[in-house]
Amino acid sequence: MSELKQIRRMALTGDEAVAYAAKQADVDVIAAYPITPQTIIVERLSRYVADGELNAAFIQAESEHSAISICLGAALAGARTFTSTASQGLALMHEILHIASSMRAPIVMAIANRALNSPLNIHCDHSDVMNARDTGWIHLFANNVQEAYDLTLMAFKIAENPEILLPVSVNLDGFILTHSVEPLEVLSDEEVQQYIPHIPYPYRIDFDRPLAYGVMALPDTYMEFRRQFYEVIMKAPPVFRKASESFSKISGRVYDMVTPYFVEDAEIIVIALGSTVETLRYVARKLRGRNVKIGVAGLTMYRPFPEKEIANILANAKCVAVMDRAYSYGGVGGPLYTDVLSTLYKNGIRTMTADFVYGLGGRDFKLTDAEELFNKLVRSVEIGAFDQDIYWWGVRE
Amino acid sequence: MDIAQKYFKTIKDVPIEDYFAPGHRLCAGCGPSLAMKLTMKAIRMPTLVVNATGCVEVSTSLFPYVSWRLPWIHVAFENTGAVASGISEAFRILEKKGRGKMHDVIAIAGDGGTFDIGLQALSGALERNHKMLYICYDNEAYMNTGIQRSGATPTGAATTTSPAGKVIPGKQERKKDLIGIVGAHRIPYAATASISHPLDFINKVRKALEIDGASFIHVLTPCTLGWRYSPSQTIKIARLAVETRYFPIIEVEEGRVRINIKVNKPRPLEEFLEAQGRFRHLFQSENKHILEMLKQQVEENWNRLLKLEEIGLYA
Amino acid sequence: MTEIDVNKIVKGEFSWKTLPPAAMIKVLTSLEYKTGTWRIEKPIIDQSKCTRCLLCWIYCPDMAVKRIDGGNVEIDYEFCKGCGICAEVCPPKAIKMVEE
Repeated sequence: MSELKQIRRMALTGDEAVAYAAKQADVDVIAAYPITPQTIIVERLSRYVADGELNAAFIQAESEHSAISICLGAALAGARTFTSTASQGLALMHEILHIASSMRAPIVMAIANRALNSPLNIHCDHSDVMNARDTGWIHLFANNVQEAYDLTLMAFKIAENPEILLPVSVNLDGFILTHSVEPLEVLSDEEVQQYIPHIPYPYRIDFDRPLAYGVMALPDTYMEFRRQFYEVIMKAPPVFRKASESFSKISGRVYDMVTPYFVEDAEIIVIALGSTVETLRYVARKLRGRNVKIGVAGLTMYRPFPEKEIANILANAKCVAVMDRAYSYGGVGGPLYTDVLSTLYKNGIRTMTADFVYGLGGRDFKLTDAEELFNKLVRSVEIGAFDQDIYWWGVRE
Repeated sequence: MDIAQKYFKTIKDVPIEDYFAPGHRLCAGCGPSLAMKLTMKAIRMPTLVVNATGCVEVSTSLFPYVSWRLPWIHVAFENTGAVASGISEAFRILEKKGRGKMHDVIAIAGDGGTFDIGLQALSGALERNHKMLYICYDNEAYMNTGIQRSGATPTGAATTTSPAGKVIPGKQERKKDLIGIVGAHRIPYAATASISHPLDFINKVRKALEIDGASFIHVLTPCTLGWRYSPSQTIKIARLAVETRYFPIIEVEEGRVRINIKVNKPRPLEEFLEAQGRFRHLFQSENKHILEMLKQQVEENWNRLLKLEEIGLYA
Repeated sequence: MTEIDVNKIVKGEFSWKTLPPAAMIKVLTSLEYKTGTWRIEKPIIDQSKCTRCLLCWIYCPDMAVKRIDGGNVEIDYEFCKGCGICAEVCPPKAIKMVEE
């Protein structure tokens, strides 16, 4: 056991890293239901508990709806809770996602992003979390296994902040991150406890201070409660910054809500979520070597949407390409595209923008795809316009 | 044989304090409201209530009015079993880790939120045997939303979604054997009760709360509006349900049946049925066969329970 | 933050800033809502006939029958909805329902 404290570098899959973070966070209650590609998280945690490495109640619920309900109850009772799901499981939780946030339960959930049925597809895309976009959760996205680990720890910090007390999701690309082994640096158990000590939930269930939770509100009061909620979730950005600051003091790693890469003088900026950000950065660096002014903006926090940060980054861009690993059917475009367009318009930025819908159902987006995409963007800038608003990348026509 | 009045021998022994408060919006003469009051008479230590969406929930938590005197949680309709599981496990682990103290957890849901939409969460909670008492107050329909039929509605009853029509006279299907379903989970303690027998009910609640595992009580709670009778008759009708063998009062411990109230000379079922407007159509000659079917169900069920008590195991 | 003034809320004197977070409020506020105004008839106890059996007390769904010193009971007219259960269950018929 003492050896583990010395070893700071490990090689883990995304799932394993998330489970390890949850263990170090000394979670009290874990309630989960298995679904590919999250199963390893649940199995690891169950093993930690069974071996006495983690002092927690591990509950395998009989469905995801019950899993999140168990977590909600546990959180209100004052326990640090953790769960994980994907795709259909997240969809099944949906009703309770709204309730968990509006009841101010600081649950942390890892989402192994996976496509929604139908057809059934167990591979990576963001349709599951995009369906949960407006549920009042704070959504974080990891680009690699290190981030999956770090953001899980930061998620507890943000969620349990007394000004916030909201549930937070940590999104990692299904299979691409969940099942790929990458090297990462881990904190020691003591460092984690120092970063996220147990603080009592201010409204915990207590017979000596009895409260009513989840009451009914009529039209004369409901809207005020929602306005109140809006105020709370908009406090997330400064709390994110604080959590990131104290995290960087311990780990040496810094997280921004949006991670800029070569954007300062970029003419073309590509925006993305998840592991694709690294693919894009790799190719962007290559192109910079050839003097192409291209930059990548990766969002670490997707909800609340870091509007100001995105507006600042895109202010002088000649061309913006938004990568959507999901679509909003019947809408103006993909979810990220719609957010970016609104941001641009609200901030008076008029620039040619296109939506690139890619990677649905785990369709691979390789380095060669990124290169092809960037070349297309360069050509489009030369022409001065895109020939389409929405591109379905890599689809057999 | 009444449950040995182990905790409260007579009405005078029942505590005066109420943890269910007046000022609630439940109807005058409401069966479920009496069940809530009686349940709260049996609490013994720090306790909390998890409540499903339904008559009791909306009527006792209309912001800003709360008619409870202990922590009360409502999340949704179908997950009472799950939320209660989470709270129970949280307190258990928090006490173990020195950051909290145990509370008795009472999960309360109506028949809609238990027989139908809540059955999965209940089953999961029972299978995992969390320490909690789940009470299903049964008014035999979705009363809060306007008297729609549920899995607890008996054969022949008229509801708004099983009306006594010219072609289909009331609900055709059986009432689910919920205590059987629960008994099949072999939890330490399960029981049925009626608000007409308050001492039996209160003692059962206390007995259940002392179980270190899952316990369950199915309590019959007549609804003056839905069953269509005058409010003052609630207790009389609940008693008739027991005395006609329509609603047997039993305990099931780890699957073993014990009949608490041996109704040796049952009153005719008609007395129970004719007191309620929802069965009025069964007394028309063209519906006589349904009346007979209902009587047969009651008889068969009673005989089955007698046999089970002999054999020992419910399922 | 979990304490509220029920009367202010009912009058509309509140803002989203003053409401408790997530409507998590201190319990027992229903005591301010007097359901006695619901009834159209009310129970009157003839104390001379009362046998102190306490059946009315145990069966009242609104906790509107109060026990005073041991076995005696009286009606709490602030909350009594006039359902008539007490009159119905009283063995010596010591309770009568009269028009409000």
